[in-house]
Order: sequence, then structure tokens, then C-alpha cells
Amino acid sequence: MDFATIIELLDSAVRLGTPLLLACLAGLFSERAGIFDIGLEGKMLMAAFFSGAVAAMTGSAWLGLLAGIGGAMSLALIHGLASITFRGNQLISGVAVNFLASGFTVLIAQSWFQQGGRTPQLSGNARFEPITLPGADAVKDVPVIGQIYSNLLSGHTILVYVAFAMVPLTWWVLFRTRFGLRLRAVGENPESVDTAGVSVIRLRYTAVAITGVLSGLAGTYLATGLAAGFVKEMTAGRGFIALAALIFAKWRPVPALGATMLFGLLEAISNRYPNIDLGVVNLPIQFMQAVPYILTVVILAGFIGKAIPPRAGGQPYVKER
Amino acid sequence: MTFLKQFLGAAATLALSAGAALAEPAIIYDLGGKYDKSFNEAAYNGAKRWADETGGKYKELEMQSEAQREQALRKLAESGANPIVMTGFAFGDTLNQVAPDYPDTKFAIIDMVVDQPNVESIVFKEEQGSYLVGLMAGMASKTGTVGFVGGMDIPLIRKFACGYVQGVKAANPDATVIQNMTGTTPAAWNDPVKGGEIAKAQISQGADVIYAAAGGTGIGVLQAAADGKILSIGVDSNQNYLHPGQVLTSMLKRVDTAVYNVFKNGGDIKPGIKVMGLGDDGVGVALDDNNKALVTPEMLKAVDQAKADIISGKVQVHDYMSDDSCPVK
Repeated sequence: MDFATIIELLDSAVRLGTPLLLACLAGLFSERAGIFDIGLEGKMLMAAFFSGAVAAMTGSAWLGLLAGIGGAMSLALIHGLASITFRGNQLISGVAVNFLASGFTVLIAQSWFQQGGRTPQLSGNARFEPITLPGADAVKDVPVIGQIYSNLLSGHTILVYVAFAMVPLTWWVLFRTRFGLRLRAVGENPESVDTAGVSVIRLRYTAVAITGVLSGLAGTYLATGLAAGFVKEMTAGRGFIALAALIFAKWRPVPALGATMLFGLLEAISNRYPNIDLGVVNLPIQFMQAVPYILTVVILAGFIGKAIPPRAGGQPYVKER
Repeated sequence: MTFLKQFLGAAATLALSAGAALAEPAIIYDLGGKYDKSFNEAAYNGAKRWADETGGKYKELEMQSEAQREQALRKLAESGANPIVMTGFAFGDTLNQVAPDYPDTKFAIIDMVVDQPNVESIVFKEEQGSYLVGLMAGMASKTGTVGFVGGMDIPLIRKFACGYVQGVKAANPDATVIQNMTGTTPAAWNDPVKGGEIAKAQISQGADVIYAAAGGTGIGVLQAAADGKILSIGVDSNQNYLHPGQVLTSMLKRVDTAVYNVFKNGGDIKPGIKVMGLGDDGVGVALDDNNKALVTPEMLKAVDQAKADIISGKVQVHDYMSDDSCPVK
């Protein structure tokens, strides 16, 4: 395997890992505030549909992005309403969100476009085109550093750079701002936040709304960045893999980057090398495709360190009377 | 009141007998969905052509999940639809169980052989059509490396791959063919993101023509090929129009003709196996204004020659499904 191949694999890993990263950070905000969110898959799917549909109708990827965020946000608020205001079971609400998105997207797509639950193909400005970073072409032939810059770092859509910028931003917001401190406190011990005179309800709604925005970005990237339009069930379980990555990362933003990129890399390797010959055994493609799931199970079973979720996660907050 | 009852009863009887005499044909689309721009859409076009020409009506059903198969089939059979066409190998087992329960209904299945007295099995010689597009790919490739992206990993798709490789090697014995399957579950027919990513991986390995036999996933492959400024080859329906000037050709599988013929024959279809190949235009390559500039006269000549040779039996294209193996890689 030469250097150029490694760069290409990493490049593919970045593309495949980015939707996972955005969804993972989305889940991070919600779960740090004490709202479990297994509805990431549904929110991404909704965002993928609305971004694809609006981009197809208006010809603008940016309007598609807004619509995608709006779609994901509406589901996030439904989840918030059920689990914060009405103190319902957060897992059940999350499942409901997934089912709702799965059926709603195909139904509306069929009614709007009559193409069997897909949106028309996007082209030109209706898609987020890859951006060539300044000087990328000039340094293309410089060994190692030039190749990394022009092939790996340059040539992604703007959403990829946004996703990467979100990692330090999330870290800063969570660990260096007053809002972040309160957000984390509301996921660990909401009573203390309430005692300090800060509204638990408002904080949790804010967290859920941020989740909506980030999962909206993730879905939009799928439909208008990676693919060229919405296809039914196109998220293909990525929301659940993002949840697994969140647990792997122990609810921290920087490890989340590592976990999602690892999963992206695994998928990239299985795309590139369907069969890996190790000399003794020949790993078939089925094994390669199962590796992310196997890893997830291993992580969930607690073999690699202990993942401790936010203490008040999953419990609706009831003020003492 | 009694008069009204009698009248309604008579009317109902009349309606029922009329319904039995003019049984509507029905079609069931497989999981890729009616508008997959490929296999199922070809079937739909055949049904539509029949409806446009005869003014007749037909019933249609789109599968949403694996679990629906038997239920959908029985429901259509009980509703009096005749004949019932289903697209896709995956109906094989279900039809084998259901068909004996409705001896008066005729069934037709595409891409699968079901041995029942009231079933017509229509299969295509995909390896022949794939051989022709492989020939063109081998001639169009400048790097000597071409790609193949399959949908779900099943013998039928390997049959496409095998014919394609044979064609490529016939044009350029030193060519490399990179083969990928999208997955091992029916979800592999509907994952354009993964399809696009596989295509990009093949491009980075030097492929400059990629043949997609992957249903809805293929749309992602064709898109990635167009984005990467290389050529692609569509499948089943004519997909040249999806990216004019960037789709070299499409391997046509005349599912539309098959469906049209079944609908036209109505309840009189002949049970047994019907094989459609190059000889009766069951498969072929798509040539139209969208790919005119890409197809050189030499390619056309080679394709015509190969077609004649295959029909005359001078060139034998190996069928993967005959022995579950491919002589070339």
C-alpha cells in the first residue's frame, strides 16, 4: 500500500465519517443535557429529505440546508415536547421520531415529486460542490505535505469543514462557557441547577434545539453533498452508528472525532478492499462490513474502558412540590 | 324495496361476471421501487406501454419490505387479477408456495425460474449484453482499468459481472477489472452514498469506465463517475440521459418488452421458461443522442461483430449461473 492509497483511504474516511461526526455531536449536546436521543437517525433522514426536496425545487443548496435544518429541528422539538414538557419516556419518543421520519419522508416525496419516494436528481448549485483550498493545486506535487494538503484536506464540501470546526467549538462551549457548565450540570444533577435559579426546562430545550441543527447538517450533507438527492432510507443506520460512536467517545467532543473517523475509515477500507488476504485467512467482505458493529458491541459490553453516561440522563425532571 | 334488492343483486352479479371476464393484469415491483430508473422502472414502462396501446387497466403494487411478499401476492391473486407479473429473483420461493393455491391464475416471474404449471419464468441472457458493454468499456478505457459495481451480492449480479469481464478482456486482454458488491442485504439496492463512495475508490485505483448493476445504488455510482469526469455504464433501462455525454452506454435488459408481452397475452401465457437474449433483442446496448459522441465507429463495428458472433454461436459467453464460477477475473 503506497502513500497515495493511504491518502485516498483517509479522504474517503473523512467523507464517510463526517455525517457520523455531525450526528454524534448532535447527540452529545442532547445527552449531556440529560435527554437520551435515539432519534438521530430519523432527524437525519428528515433533514436529508427536506434539503434534497427544497434544493431540487429552488436550485439552491443553501436553501436546502435551511430546510434540512428546519426538518430536523421540527422532529427535535417533538422529541423535546414529549420528553421535557410531558416527561414521557425518552427512548420511546426517540423510536417514534425514527418511525415518523421513515414513513413521512417517502409519503411526502411521493406526493410532491411522484418519483416513488425520491427527489429529483440535483445538479449544479443545488449541490454543495467540493471546495479547493487556496494553493492546493500549486502544492499538489510536493511530496507528503503537499499531497496531504491538496488531496486530503482540500476538495471537500463546506459542510465537512463546518463539521470539523464544530469539534473545538463544542469543546469550548461545553467546558469553557457558563452555558456549557449549566448544560452539563443539568444532565448530572438538575436539582442543583434549579436551586441556583436557572430554568432546567429552558436549558434542555436549548440542547435539543442544538441537536436539531447539527443532525440537520448531517442529513443535508448526505443528500446534497455526498449523494445528489434523497432516496428512501438513505441514512442506512448511520444515526445508530453515531450513537455508538458517542458511547465510544464517552460523551466527549474530541474523542467523538476520533471514534467517527475510525468508523468512517473502516467503511472506506471495506469499500476499497472487499477481500483482505492475510495469508492464513481470507477476510470476506461480510466480515469487513460487520466490523463497525462488532466494535460497537465490544465497546457497549464495556471491554474498552468504562463509559459512564450523564447521571440524570433519561429521567424527566420533576420540580419538588 | 324488494324490487330494489333484486335490481341491486342483478347489478352486482353482472359486475362480478364482468370482472371475471375482463380480469386485469397486475404487476408487483420489487424493493428497489417503481422509479429506480433501472430494473423496476423498465417493468413499469412495459406495463404503461400496454395500457397506452390497449386502453386497459392494470393493478400495481410496490414492495415495502421482505415480509410483504406472500401477503401481496395472495391479495392480488384473490382480487382476481390475471396474469400477475413480478419483477425480481426474490419472489422465487414465495411464488413457488403461492402458485399451486391459485391454479386458475397465471403468474409470470422475471429473473427467476419457478417450476409450476401456471408460471411463466422469464430469464435474460444478461451475460451477453454485459459482454457487449464490457467490449465497449475495454475499448473506451485509456488506463486499461475499468470498474464494476454490483448491488446485492447474488449469483444474478455475478452473472452481469462475469459477462462484463469477458467483454473487457476480449477488447483488451491486459485490462484490469475492479469488482465491488455494495452489500449482502436488499438495502444494497438503495444506498447511493455507498455506491458513490465505491465508485470514487475505483476511480482512485485508476478505473476510467465503471459499469453499475446495482438498481438505485447505481444512481450514486453514475453521479460519482460524472463528478470524477470519467465514463459510466448504466443498466436495465436506458440511463444515458442521466448524465449526457458521460454515460458511455447502458446495458439494456428489455424487462419492458417482457412485461408488455405477458400483459398482451393475458391469461394465455405459456408456462415454462422463456429465455431472452441477443437473438430476440432481449438484451442489448443503448445508443442515442446522449452518448453519440462517446461511441466511436470502431466500437460500433466491434459491437455489431460480437453480436453477430454470439448469435451465430461463434463466441460463447460464459454464464456464471450455469456453474457458479467465472473463468476470467
